[in-house]
Amino acid sequence: MSSVPASAFLALALILFCIGLYGALTKRNTVIVLISIELMLNAVNINLVTFSKYGMAPSITGQVFALFAISVAAAEAAVGLAILISLYRTKKTVNIDEMDTMKN
Amino acid sequence: MMENAWLIPLFPLLSFLILLLFGKRLKEASAYVGILLTLASLVFSILVLFERFSEPTYITKFNWLTIGDLHLTAGFEVNQLNALMLFIVSLVSFLVHTYSKGYMNGDERFPVFYAYLGLFTFAMLGLVISPNLLQTYIFWELVGVGSFLLIGFYYYKEEAKAAAKKAFIMTRIGDVGLFIGMILLFWETKSFEYSAIFAAVDAGAISGTMITLTAILIFIGAVGKSGQFPLHTWLPDAMEGPTPVSALIHAATMVAAGVYLVAALFPLFAASKTALLTIAVIGAFTAIFAASIGLVQTDIKRVLAYSTVSQLGYMMLALGSAGYVAGVFHLMTHAFFKALLFLAAGSVIHAVHTQNIEEMGGLWKKLKFTGPLFLIGTLAISGVPLFSGFFSKDEILIAAWEGGHPILFLLALIAAFMTAFYMFRLFFMVFTGEARGDQKHVHESPNNMTYPMILLGVLAVIAGYVNTPWFGSFLGDWLVDGNPALGHGHIEGPIWIMIAATVVSLAGIYFAYMMYYKRSIARNTISGTGDTLHTILLNKYYVDEFYQLTVVAFTKGLSYFLRFIDVFLVEGLVKGVVGIVQGLGRTGSKMQTGQVQTYGAVAFIGLALLAVIFALTGGYLR
Repeated sequence: MSSVPASAFLALALILFCIGLYGALTKRNTVIVLISIELMLNAVNINLVTFSKYGMAPSITGQVFALFAISVAAAEAAVGLAILISLYRTKKTVNIDEMDTMKN
Repeated sequence: MMENAWLIPLFPLLSFLILLLFGKRLKEASAYVGILLTLASLVFSILVLFERFSEPTYITKFNWLTIGDLHLTAGFEVNQLNALMLFIVSLVSFLVHTYSKGYMNGDERFPVFYAYLGLFTFAMLGLVISPNLLQTYIFWELVGVGSFLLIGFYYYKEEAKAAAKKAFIMTRIGDVGLFIGMILLFWETKSFEYSAIFAAVDAGAISGTMITLTAILIFIGAVGKSGQFPLHTWLPDAMEGPTPVSALIHAATMVAAGVYLVAALFPLFAASKTALLTIAVIGAFTAIFAASIGLVQTDIKRVLAYSTVSQLGYMMLALGSAGYVAGVFHLMTHAFFKALLFLAAGSVIHAVHTQNIEEMGGLWKKLKFTGPLFLIGTLAISGVPLFSGFFSKDEILIAAWEGGHPILFLLALIAAFMTAFYMFRLFFMVFTGEARGDQKHVHESPNNMTYPMILLGVLAVIAGYVNTPWFGSFLGDWLVDGNPALGHGHIEGPIWIMIAATVVSLAGIYFAYMMYYKRSIARNTISGTGDTLHTILLNKYYVDEFYQLTVVAFTKGLSYFLRFIDVFLVEGLVKGVVGIVQGLGRTGSKMQTGQVQTYGAVAFIGLALLAVIFALTGGYLR
């Protein structure tokens, strides 16, 4: 394990975050956007775990924090999906372009 | 009693406030509120006047404003002139209040009329007890407001509206002069107090030029208020107001305010020969100028209006010839007989419902009270011996002669002839001869209209006897008592002046009699209808037209020019600013697409930019 350098984990996290960001900003389907957001969250989790092992002051706290983040993300995903379903019921679409009620 | 003189103006103010609040509910009963409260003022005024006969001047003041070292005071003063004015104003006001109950009967704004009368009376009474110029000025303007409201009382009539505006603006022009004069005096003496100003004038603390300048500026204010040439044109137009108002404001009280002001500041004027001469010349010119217009007017109220202007000119002539007593004396007698004439004219109008004397005639038998009363007023104003006007006019003529103005004396004498002529022309045309209009419903006015006239009629006869060359000059001696700056109580004049005055007034009456009663001299002997002279007089020397072509046209041109600047320059600038802001807003609002992803992208780009800057600068922007 120790042969893998910290920069590799960080690079993985970076790539994952960028993929997530790209998806969140470009995809038209709201479900995909939500999934992309999950990707970004997980990239953050990888960062947390990496620094808890290789950081300046390694500590278990980072891993515990990541666990919390995962559980909160799960709850958030559930809420997000629920909102999405109710939105779909009223708008009959999951296309994010058409969800521009913030404008009016 | 004199220490309570401040209550006198407050009664009419109370009447004004009550009628303002409860006028709609009181309806016809409003008259009683006004009558009773002005009666209270009258009673107090009489008490104050009688007390002033035996006691010295009462003056009281308190600090009103303190600015740095400056102390502005307010208060009231009861000197001889003020006590006399209080009596005249409250008496005429009370009588007009009583008279109006009949005259204005049935008008739907009856309570409002009484409320305005109360406001005006308050302002006028406040004016005549002011001990300093500033307070005088405040009440001076309030009087103007009262006059404006009352002239424009029939506001649904275009002429009344125009007349009200004209009166207000014309008097304002004079007020500007008064205001500048007042400020200059304050600048010189550091005080608005009459006593302090007179003391400074006495001590020679003000330079001669400055005295002349301030005196003339203040006189301009008086010119506006008292309808002297060249600001006289508003006064005849003011006759659009109800007739009792004409009697109260535009005959007896407000227009006398200018004369009062000059009299109140007389020591200041007396210190400048130039100022006195200006007053005398303007007064004499106005007297003959207005009298000549009065010769041909056919509206009963306008004839009286021009005669008022002319008589006010007389008073100014007297004051300008250093005849303080003569001016004030004539102010008093004029107040009585002119109020009487106006009330009688109102009674005539009330009876025949027209103001055109060509449509009247033969009313003597139908109006048993009004006719003789009008005759008394006419005799008094014409200066027929034994009537009040005779004594006061005589005093003025003597003052003018002794003051060393033979030309002005001559003008005054001619004006006296004209006065007698046009007043009797009016009398003969209204009351004698054939009935020329529809007079089926002519009836004498009710008692509450005739009683005030009877009282005024009595005063118009006897008021002159307080200051005569035969029975002593009681009024004159009292007026100048303890104040040498005001001149002598009685000026001895040659006896031929009195005879000359009598002769011209009788000659005027005789010509009027021959022309309008006997008709043995044709009406167009001197100048017929359509003749140049007649046309000029009928059009009042085209003064209004002249103003229309010069001042008004100039002001209009200027205002059009300014309007142009306003529309294109100022408004353009404002519109430009508005356009920029609107454009910015529109661009901004276009960016608000409501698309979550756009917002996210912008936020991310922003974050990235921040990160780049952070990396390049190492944390802080320097």
